[in-house]
Amino acid sequence: MSEAPVDYHPMWEELGLDLDAHDMLLAAIPQLYAAAYLTQAKRPEGMAYFDFVMSEIHGLRIKELRDHQAAGGKVIGSFCLYVPEEIIRALGGLSVGLCAGAEFAYDEVERIMPRNTCALIKSFMGFKLAKVCPYLEASDLVVGETTCDGKKKAYELLGEMAPVYVVELPQMKNPGDLAFWRSEIDRLVAKLEEVTGRELTAENLAAAIKEVNDKRRALQRLNAARAADPAPISGKDALLAVQVAFYDDVPRFTQMVNKVADELEARVAANTGATPAGTPRVLVTGTPMAVPNWKVHDIIEKAGAVVVSEELCTGRRYYSKLVAEDRTTVDGMLDAVAEKYLDINCACFTPNPGRAEDIIRLAKEYKADGIVDYTLQSCGPYQIESSLVERAAQQAGFPVLRIDTDYSMEDIGQLSTRVEAFLEMLK
Amino acid sequence: MTRILGLDVGSRTVDAVWWEDGAIADSAVLDSGFDPQEVGARLLARGDHDLVVATGYGRHAVRERFGAEIITEIKAYGTGASRLYPQARSVLDIGGQDTKVISLDGGGRVMDFEMNDKCAAGTGRFLEVMARALGFELSELGPGALTAPEGVKISSMCTVFAESEVIGLVHKGVDRNRIALGLHESIATRTLSMLKRVNAQPPLVFAGGVAKNPAMARLITWGFAGEVLTPTDSQLVGALGAALHGQSLLSGAGSG
Repeated sequence: MSEAPVDYHPMWEELGLDLDAHDMLLAAIPQLYAAAYLTQAKRPEGMAYFDFVMSEIHGLRIKELRDHQAAGGKVIGSFCLYVPEEIIRALGGLSVGLCAGAEFAYDEVERIMPRNTCALIKSFMGFKLAKVCPYLEASDLVVGETTCDGKKKAYELLGEMAPVYVVELPQMKNPGDLAFWRSEIDRLVAKLEEVTGRELTAENLAAAIKEVNDKRRALQRLNAARAADPAPISGKDALLAVQVAFYDDVPRFTQMVNKVADELEARVAANTGATPAGTPRVLVTGTPMAVPNWKVHDIIEKAGAVVVSEELCTGRRYYSKLVAEDRTTVDGMLDAVAEKYLDINCACFTPNPGRAEDIIRLAKEYKADGIVDYTLQSCGPYQIESSLVERAAQQAGFPVLRIDTDYSMEDIGQLSTRVEAFLEMLK
Repeated sequence: MTRILGLDVGSRTVDAVWWEDGAIADSAVLDSGFDPQEVGARLLARGDHDLVVATGYGRHAVRERFGAEIITEIKAYGTGASRLYPQARSVLDIGGQDTKVISLDGGGRVMDFEMNDKCAAGTGRFLEVMARALGFELSELGPGALTAPEGVKISSMCTVFAESEVIGLVHKGVDRNRIALGLHESIATRTLSMLKRVNAQPPLVFAGGVAKNPAMARLITWGFAGEVLTPTDSQLVGALGAALHGQSLLSGAGSG
């Protein structure tokens, strides 16, 4: 970890990045990271690994992906947790989450998409148009999904610039929908076998299922410790771990998260925390937060509360469920994969009662004092579902603050006041 | 004897209340100017105090610079309004750059609140810009509006677009009092719908600088289902709330 800094420009150039624009982007990240992360007190020592990962986010990890490709492996990009990593890994591929968490080249994006498209979509289109996401440029295939109308249509535009394949996610969870989703999994397997030139076997799939489950188990352990008061880790740090899970090396990540979990369990046993006992506790629910989007967690924690759980795609929805490990045939394992992924409670489904139930259960389990419902502007499914979330929370006695925002920083002052006033209400 | 300074550092004015022996000993409302912190410093220098509590958008800066305690405007207005009117169940504050609506339980605690979006639509600043576009002094805008038989419909609430709409109407020869009334009516409509969203119950306390505007006060009173109370020193409600919070800190009663 302490080697001399490597100049990655030749690698970025080879990937076809716009070097000037990319330098500009990379220059902004350390400041943003330092302001949000390195100012925190009493961080677990194990978070040093994540500091390192962030400092090499476009460097060492990209080099690992390139080395993997040089050895004949493939890199498969995605924007959503409905794309099964197990299948990608079984076929010798590396699954990476693509850049979608910062404002970049919106002027270019707005020439081809409406201004009021959600920040996540505008972001990934901006990163592509400006050629500044090395993960996207390194991807042999991008697997999209039909989780919202905006993404569905954006993939058509992205497909003109990158190799994109779209899996169709059903919109309901009826028995016929699972059968359809299972057929989509088959179609994805065929596509990935073609791209990777490898064949799915009971052996490689079972191994991949186990590996990815281990990653999710490690995250479950880390997050279970957050039920304690004092909370042993900040919400920001816990969020970062899940964000990094989307693109880091799986076994190494699992090991590092387990190390953090060891530390957190020791803190809980010793009754010490990252914040004092009695700090107001907040559950965050809503739309995904891709790196480097730490905006809402940062505002909440700088206002004096601690986030204790995330009912987010970059949170519980990512790690709370495992693929069944008891199947022996490829078909049986793919059934298990299909079942696990369809069981995620995203607002793209109608109806989606499981999400409100999850929120209330988590709020109780993690002893939340209040709930922040975070939505990205123009994300219709989550914005409209807010009413149902709010009603369920109020019936269960949890105050809710709605935050509808984007990646810009211009509403920080106003949001801080609203969050502080919300925390005053909780006292 | 304790003396507490409550300071509301807003975008247009800095308001101060000195609280002593359970009563307001002194108060001040100063223009924020270009450096509200400097104005705050001048007020701080006006004699001794045991504690300073700051609120308003400049509160964090006052804490960093002078070590003050802070509370949000929401809590400050809720606390101040229920001291003035213990029966209050809701508060409306239209300030220089934002609008807040607060719903209170019977004991003065904030139950719910809402603030306007990040722009200045429908706030004091909005009225200032419109007064200038109509050739009114700010103090003449509300009285002028009240002389009009009916308002002209203004379709935009964005300060920039509304200003060009107003200029367009003036060029068409529309009576400026009718335009002024139309502007007040559109702010009132928007404000009343914010009050509905937090399920504001009467009596409502109308605070903040814009409460001094007679047309706004009348339109809100007409539109709100229930009693509306407008304190004489409507601008001081936040500073009063801050001072009262200071008192509860000193008496060890917690922050309520």
